[in-house]
Amino acid sequence: MKEDISIRITGEAGQGIVSSGMMLCRMYKDSGRHVFAIQDYMSRIRGGHNFIQVRAAVKPVAAPRRLADIILALDKEAAQANKNALAPGGMLLLDAGRAGITELGPGWVDAPIYALAQEAGGPLYANSVALGILAALTCGDFEAAAAAAAREFSNKGQDAAAKNVKAARLGYDHASGKIKTSSFRLAAGAHDRRLLLAGNEALALGAVSAGCKFFSAYPMSPSTGIMDTLAGYAERYGHIVEQAEDEIAAVNMAVGASFAGVRAMTATSGGGFALMCEGLSLAAMTETPLVIAVVMRPGPATGFPTRTAQEDLEFALHAGHGEFARAVYTPGSPEECFLAARRAFNTADRFQAPALILSDQYLAESFTNIGSLETTADSPDRGRVPGPGAGPTTRRYEYSPDGVSPRLIPGRSDALAVADSDEHGPEGHITELAEVRIRMMEKRLRLKLAGLAKEVLPPTVVNPGARTMLCGFGSTLGVMREVCAASAGTGFLHYPQVWPFPTEATNAALKGAGRVLTVENNASGQLARLLRRETGTLVSGSVLKYDGRPFTADELAAALEGEK
Amino acid sequence: MEPKDLDSDDPVAWCPGCGNFGIQSALKTALARLGIPPRKLLLVSGIGQAAKMPHYVKANFFNGLHGRALPAAAAAKIANRELTVIVTTGDGDCYGEGGNHFIHGIRRNVDMTVIVHDNQVYGLTKGQASPTTERGTKTRIQPGGVILAPFPPLETALALGCGFVARGYAAEREHLAELILAGVRYKGFALIDVLQPCVSFNKLNTYAWYTQRVYKTGPEHDTSDKAAAMALAAQRERLPIGVLYSKPGPCYGELSGLDDRPPLADADIAGTDISAALSDFK
Repeated sequence: MKEDISIRITGEAGQGIVSSGMMLCRMYKDSGRHVFAIQDYMSRIRGGHNFIQVRAAVKPVAAPRRLADIILALDKEAAQANKNALAPGGMLLLDAGRAGITELGPGWVDAPIYALAQEAGGPLYANSVALGILAALTCGDFEAAAAAAAREFSNKGQDAAAKNVKAARLGYDHASGKIKTSSFRLAAGAHDRRLLLAGNEALALGAVSAGCKFFSAYPMSPSTGIMDTLAGYAERYGHIVEQAEDEIAAVNMAVGASFAGVRAMTATSGGGFALMCEGLSLAAMTETPLVIAVVMRPGPATGFPTRTAQEDLEFALHAGHGEFARAVYTPGSPEECFLAARRAFNTADRFQAPALILSDQYLAESFTNIGSLETTADSPDRGRVPGPGAGPTTRRYEYSPDGVSPRLIPGRSDALAVADSDEHGPEGHITELAEVRIRMMEKRLRLKLAGLAKEVLPPTVVNPGARTMLCGFGSTLGVMREVCAASAGTGFLHYPQVWPFPTEATNAALKGAGRVLTVENNASGQLARLLRRETGTLVSGSVLKYDGRPFTADELAAALEGEK
Repeated sequence: MEPKDLDSDDPVAWCPGCGNFGIQSALKTALARLGIPPRKLLLVSGIGQAAKMPHYVKANFFNGLHGRALPAAAAAKIANRELTVIVTTGDGDCYGEGGNHFIHGIRRNVDMTVIVHDNQVYGLTKGQASPTTERGTKTRIQPGGVILAPFPPLETALALGCGFVARGYAAEREHLAELILAGVRYKGFALIDVLQPCVSFNKLNTYAWYTQRVYKTGPEHDTSDKAAAMALAAQRERLPIGVLYSKPGPCYGELSGLDDRPPLADADIAGTDISAALSDFK
């Protein structure tokens, strides 16, 4: 019996690979196993070769494995392109006749997927046939497979759902009778982590739960999933999702809506965020709350549109001209994405400052099963909004010890709400006075930063005191957790927030560490630079990966071995 | 309500004799006639001399980035439909830096009034060509004369389906006040391009130059006739002012359903319950 198995489904774009992956995830999740699925796809609508790799295990998993125990290849190119990802003793399943393959490689198994699909109703049902085959080989639970198939196609009508269940049955029976192996059988498990979520979905749900009523964005991979999810709930929760003409409009809309009194947000990736920088600076200058989710992908320029990277850490820390306070959250799991969204809205409102959430393609589009989401932490707090009785002499940018002024909302009182991107005095009108400039800089930069620093999310520390301490932000949480669980001499720090930087907590956690390594999906070690700058801590080195793909647990473990 | 009720105490930084003063006076007159109190009024602008207008009228205001008034204004109206939203912008701000927002702002058709102070020159940066500068005009940057064709705002707006297209003249204050009043009453994106002399940098399009060319459209013009509006907008030798086109059509607030709901800004967000949504992910 296996405790942990990885299955890769690969084929062209348009062959329903994601749908197959989702069915597989639900089948395992609902039959008591934990799942973690990554999506690897090309920037095209049809063709190419994409895959989804589902890892199912008896214990919780939060990172991919490098090799797959079973590869289901939907065409010849997919088989050729992915055969080297097959684990020793693994099985590459394909429909040889359909794929036009006459000679099978080692471990390759032919299955009449398309003939069985035809029997179920047509080639469209091949994915469900494959699901049935995989169910028979790995979990022996047809009911879970049938439920997953029915669920996946429920929106296509009863007939489609029934045919998919039939297809799964045909695949299941075929594999039970014809593919004689028990080497992929997964041990039984039980858990109560019933939600299956990707980072983008969790982030969007966090925004909904935080009361976000206006979301404007320009579609950009891999951030678009946030807009998709929010659009799906717009009617139910009464928020507006506005597709802007460009990212500049998107961010200026979010600032405009926020100025008028609603919680507002935008989301984008590197290139779009570059276009938003002036708007970010505007939010800071006008002290208008703003939440931006930046879902990173490899650059420069268009880069790898559908792949992953953590290249924009320094960009997010410094984006926007001029000097101002900001918060930068770097969640590492769907749960943290949800919480980061709720926290970011409160931070933006309470400090009247921009709050950024830095995610990446890997986190945004990897699915995992989780327990409940923490829906009571960070309950909406709009900050210092005066009541309707605010008199006309209330000044929008009044000086205060913590830098936060009365947040006047237009139409709410006789105190007029004003905003100016020029330097302005407490009443909001343009000024050129040096002494006003100094006080406003103190207010927007130093005082707010001091307040933000008091409530920075502390790093997660595992195995403190270990000889080797890894440091990561964002999506490397899962892979660090897995590697450290297998190695007593290695611990880690994960930062769910990198700005303001939690200097004291870092120094305490790294005290006595023999070596400190950062683990980053970039080429230059941006976190290592930040750590050195903010703590003076000696960083021994960095494990860097910048091929557009996420770390696998195997890779990180091997890299650490090599570092010794 | 009197125009003086809308006086701001912020000192004005425009040049003496600037066409902006005429527009400011017309705007206050129109708002006083409409009886919109300052607390219900939101003036939105970008950057430029026109963009300083919000400081000089008593109202809520959002003086944002160069070229970006329209998206900020549209979103503010979406957030709170009870606000009367007026954008004061210039030819550089609206037709140059913010050109893409002009196109899509018209398509979005949020209920707001956009007053473009069109002086055919860049004032604040000291005299460069604007998108509406006439071909051949010599500037410091274009010493041999501008070679780009001028941007035609009225024809562009008509072609894009803008439901309210008007042209005013800064020196015709009463006429302009009535245009602004009609623009604010129009439900949707209302464009008012205002011919405005720049006494410091535009030595061609002076008060005298405009006075020779400007004429008011008469009752014979059918403002629901788009072809007639297009013909007026295309005139170059003489410059018609007035409402060229006005036709009701569904605006963003109606099509999105927002106009049938309390303002988004009034939503009670405490305790938003997402348990129903979470069940979709089981």
